[in-house]
Amino acid sequence: MTERGDYEVVVGIEVHAELATESKVFCGCKTDFGARPNSQTCPVCLGMPGALPVLNRRALEYTIRAGLALNCSIARWTKFDRKNYFYPDLAKGYQISQYDIPIAHDGYIDIEVDGQPKRIRVRRVHLEEETAKLVHAGDDIISSNQSLLDFNRSGIGLIEIVSDADMRSADEARAYLTKLRSILVALGVSDCKMEEGSMRCEANVSVMPKGSKEYGTLAELKNIASFRAVHRAIQYESARQIELVRAGGRVSRETRHWDDARGETAFMRSKEQAADYRYFPEPDLMPLEIAPGWVEEIRSGLPELPDARAARYVGQFGLPTSDAAQIAESRELASFFDSVCDALAKAGQAQAADGPREAAKWLVGDVSAALNAGGIELSQSKLAPELLAELIGLVGSGKISGKIAKSVFEEVFARGVRPGDVVRERGLVQISDAGELAAIVKRVIEANPGPVADYFAGKERAIGFLVGQIMKETRGRANPQETNRILKEELAKRS
Amino acid sequence: MSGNASARLCDMTVHELQGMLARGQVSSREITCDVLARMDEVEASIGAYVTIDREESLRSADAADAAIARARRDGDLGSVGELAGIPVALKDNVCTHGMRTTCCSKMLENFIPPYDATVAERLRAAGAVIVGKTNMDEFAMGSTTETSIFHVTRNPWDPGRVPGGSSGGCAAAVAAGEAAAAIGSDTGGSIRQPASFCGVVGMKPTYGRVSRYGVVAFSSSLDTIGPVTRDVHDCAIMLNAIAGRDERDSTSAPDAVPDYSEYVDRGVRGLRIGMPKEFFGPGMSDGVRSVVERAVRALESAGARIVEVSIPLVEHALAVYYLVATAEASSNMARLDGIRYGYRPEGRADVDVADLMSLSRGQSFGMEVKRRIMLGTFVLSSGNFDSFYGRALRSRRLLKEEVERALTECDCLASPTAPTVAFRFDEEPDDPLAMYLQDIYTTLANLAGVPAISVPCGFANEMPVGLQIMGRMFDEGTLIQVGRAVELGSGIGGRRPVVGGCAK
Ligand SMILES: [Zn+2]
Repeated sequence: MTERGDYEVVVGIEVHAELATESKVFCGCKTDFGARPNSQTCPVCLGMPGALPVLNRRALEYTIRAGLALNCSIARWTKFDRKNYFYPDLAKGYQISQYDIPIAHDGYIDIEVDGQPKRIRVRRVHLEEETAKLVHAGDDIISSNQSLLDFNRSGIGLIEIVSDADMRSADEARAYLTKLRSILVALGVSDCKMEEGSMRCEANVSVMPKGSKEYGTLAELKNIASFRAVHRAIQYESARQIELVRAGGRVSRETRHWDDARGETAFMRSKEQAADYRYFPEPDLMPLEIAPGWVEEIRSGLPELPDARAARYVGQFGLPTSDAAQIAESRELASFFDSVCDALAKAGQAQAADGPREAAKWLVGDVSAALNAGGIELSQSKLAPELLAELIGLVGSGKISGKIAKSVFEEVFARGVRPGDVVRERGLVQISDAGELAAIVKRVIEANPGPVADYFAGKERAIGFLVGQIMKETRGRANPQETNRILKEELAKRS
Repeated sequence: MSGNASARLCDMTVHELQGMLARGQVSSREITCDVLARMDEVEASIGAYVTIDREESLRSADAADAAIARARRDGDLGSVGELAGIPVALKDNVCTHGMRTTCCSKMLENFIPPYDATVAERLRAAGAVIVGKTNMDEFAMGSTTETSIFHVTRNPWDPGRVPGGSSGGCAAAVAAGEAAAAIGSDTGGSIRQPASFCGVVGMKPTYGRVSRYGVVAFSSSLDTIGPVTRDVHDCAIMLNAIAGRDERDSTSAPDAVPDYSEYVDRGVRGLRIGMPKEFFGPGMSDGVRSVVERAVRALESAGARIVEVSIPLVEHALAVYYLVATAEASSNMARLDGIRYGYRPEGRADVDVADLMSLSRGQSFGMEVKRRIMLGTFVLSSGNFDSFYGRALRSRRLLKEEVERALTECDCLASPTAPTVAFRFDEEPDDPLAMYLQDIYTTLANLAGVPAISVPCGFANEMPVGLQIMGRMFDEGTLIQVGRAVELGSGIGGRRPVVGGCAK
């Protein structure tokens, strides 16, 4: 759908991610989300006269960490620059940013779309500061006659990550963003919550005839608040441009606003109207020399990244690639999975062999579904890794059937109780004893002459009814394999 | 000047007062009261201050007296701050917690900082009594203190003449006995030129020697904070109190701070004093030239060797200075938008936010400030950056190299501080460019980052003349040493303006 006929879509993405440092990038104020407005401020982040910035070393470290994880080179020498413009959310009338020498440059991210691997180049990663938050009092920006400013956000560290125009579809753009977010979250440098605004993105979209080497004129899309919106916005905008070009028109260099409710982009301003930011080196901060030794120290401290983790899951546990990727992508899911595997290994080798694959199946299946249904994060749920491991153990040892396990899970997920206790309290232990099962099977055969006759008449499906009756009798506790085997044996005796 | 019996407390130097306080001969309350009394006598004609805090001054004077009394009783005078009980004035761009800090602009007319500048904090920690805030050119942009929105300041030596600027209030207050010492700021000569005009000592320390935190920025890479005092010894004492690394100013230097008062009596025997020949060409008034040349000869007779040096690029200093200073100023002034603090036009709820900012700035900034903001904005704009700002930065580097090279051929450089003595209000050039020439000898030190001091060295037409000594990076000690020799050689020690009876 994104590639329309003879045209190719070209996308570059600019991401801003708030750093998860405890204090702001140029002052000591806290960065807690949701604090009382303007309670986390000081003369520096309020832009009071005479106040001066002091670089938070941790923010620099986080930026280097992100740069390294994105396979970038780290500048030996860098500096900050002032980006000058007036806006009420900009305390100093300029933003401390980086102009020509970003901290990290020339890296890449590997993505995969429809099984096709692709490398997207990352042009630069630089460090800058957040602006304050402007809140329009009233229902909407049009009817509002008052604006309120919250400077708690002012001066929070922000990294800007700029890709090359290497993506060729909305799908690739979404895959790039998903991968980028999973890397930043795995690094712990940002929590990347688009809904809280700690991750924001802008897409540069253009179209060109297939096979052309020359990019078309690009439009810059702003106000994109979710990955879904990125996808929709790129699809809409590329279609608009193709239609325009097909009709003999020309795309103009402009910034366009994505209206999520209407599902379309609208003209915001042209290139000519763009501000002249009058960048110049920030005289209040000394140029930075980044010691290669420090960079190597940071590199050696990098956590396992999603790609490496997924590969390990496939290699070590034999997980299906898609399960491995899905779990590895989320730091929370992955660390939960690792804990389940640890618990399984502790519980005994016999179960551990198949356990991780089962654990993965639970996590991408029932667990994710339950989380989605409840609209909560794994960390907010009552499910603990030990509980899931115990449940897997109960199935693995034949104590309960897979079907029973699903209902036990529901209770464990809801109440955080031990699966063993649920099984005991509700008498759910599986019946695998051949003698016991045979007695029940005989009883059911005798009670249902009709279906038995059907079976002998060649209606294979009648056996399902009989199994159902046995399960009903045992409240689902009959071991399915054993039941099937004994039922067929007993029927054979009567044929 | 020696502590003669007829001298009033308000006319004494810091080191004299320190001695008397330590010996219990006088209290800080007595000193402070005499300074406040002098203000009552002369402020109407001098106008050095924009804010005077009598109550708070007396409270901290009493606190200092209590501390001194306690220390004397315990026999531990070392426990008292070095400036305990000394009345000090601050230029009104130094933020003072709870005390109005206006930069003498309508924009900040009612701005009360919720924090102290590091220099203010250090002075308080040393026990100083902060008596008030002194007049200045609006946002330190000017050379006469006339761009202040409040009032003009008159030169204590002749009320018909300007005190210089932009720290004119500091220099006038110290000259007139309205403070024992003051702290000013110097971006292109703003401490040294008024010190020269008012016959007091003014020092611009090395860039990075004194924290800029809390001093309202004019040009961040040029701004320095320094003392204005009655003599060189006091300059050393004040510098001791304010110098040193500050974690809140990334550009402040970690270099160790020596005890500058140890340099006061070292003499100049064996020192090589360079005279940049470019500084002794035309442009200087004849009166200033003869006084300065005599001062240099006096240094020679005191044992210094005079060597001629050359800084050929100095002719570009003024141009480079005005490019760098206005560019940075245009950005530094941007935070003054009337949104979080500062001036806002009244009764204009109908305007949008862009207009609100424009009106706030348009109605509150004076002509000189607007001129420099516009110049700086032009200099930084995308089509001009390379040809103006970029070139200015490269030239600045070359200038710095030349100054450093010259300072390998000698220990310090001597020149006039200003091309003329203080001029009469009615002689003043209308052309702003002609006014910018006031900075011809002083901007070099700011561009190169090196320290410089202005020391009174004589009189021309009954008005004081200052000799400027520029030194190597972080070598303020040599400036104190040479400055003291200039003071001794000038033969004008202790000469004070007659104030109080001045015609308004
Ligand atoms: Zn802050």
